[in-house]
Amino acid sequence: MSFERIIFYAFAAILVYAAGRVVTARNPVHAALHLVLAFFTCAGLWLLLEAEFLAIVLVLVYVGAVMVLFLFVVMMLDINSAPLREGFIRYLPVGLAVAALMLFEMVAIVGVRYFGPDQVAIPARHPEGYSNTAELGRVLYTDYVYPFEIAAVILLVAIIAAIVLTMRRRPETRYQDPAKQVQAKKADRLRVVKMSAEKKQ
Amino acid sequence: MIALSDYLIIGAILFAISVAGIFLNRKNIIILLMAIELMLLAVNMNFVAFSYFLDDIAGQVFVFFILTVAAAEAAIGLAILVVLFRNRQTINVEDLDSMKG
Repeated sequence: MSFERIIFYAFAAILVYAAGRVVTARNPVHAALHLVLAFFTCAGLWLLLEAEFLAIVLVLVYVGAVMVLFLFVVMMLDINSAPLREGFIRYLPVGLAVAALMLFEMVAIVGVRYFGPDQVAIPARHPEGYSNTAELGRVLYTDYVYPFEIAAVILLVAIIAAIVLTMRRRPETRYQDPAKQVQAKKADRLRVVKMSAEKKQ
Repeated sequence: MIALSDYLIIGAILFAISVAGIFLNRKNIIILLMAIELMLLAVNMNFVAFSYFLDDIAGQVFVFFILTVAAAEAAIGLAILVVLFRNRQTINVEDLDSMKG
């Protein structure tokens, strides 16, 4: 067994364990942390596939941004997870049965018989000096430039949607309105009262 | 050496685990969102594996776009979740029946 194969099986075992813990963990924080572990090991597997840029993006963007957002939300919401676990045992048999059936069907299709080493040749490693990032960038900014811009718009829409959804004006909080402050006139605030002078006591 | 079928089977196992997770945690929206993330990871795994074995960079471009859309989906999903919890004080799927769906 080659060293590469040992690494592959180690990463695959960790990945399957982490994914299993994500869906079975009692505590949502544990589930999120195991999802982080799953993303890390998946990045390792992508490095074996010479997709260096995507592996790093997975760690930076997914672990660094999305999973931290998940953790923030999980910790911010005061969730009593006991009632949320109801039905776990009840749906365990049907869930496992459906998953096992799907796994069996998919493995029957994507298994060694059609996608094994005899059917799909293992490509040679890229030569030294080959840059996955440069190659991906070259394709991304030429052939896929319009999809790339659409992706940028999608991210902008997501930013605006997230802000609009979570922003709220509490009626009890006081805040300043600069436009109203600028519009205020002297006559609105100040009233000059004419009155006769009072005599000295 | 590692064949394409090995990577595809890992992707299939990940997908099956996340489907089982959706069945098991059907009351907890946060775990449901995490299971969806796992599913997208399984799909991305297949894309990257095919990209390597067919020597076509287009598969990695697709993974790039899937990551973009998944990040947007997670951000909006979590924002909806926060608003939901603020209004209802629960994230239990069973309690979200005001539309009687």
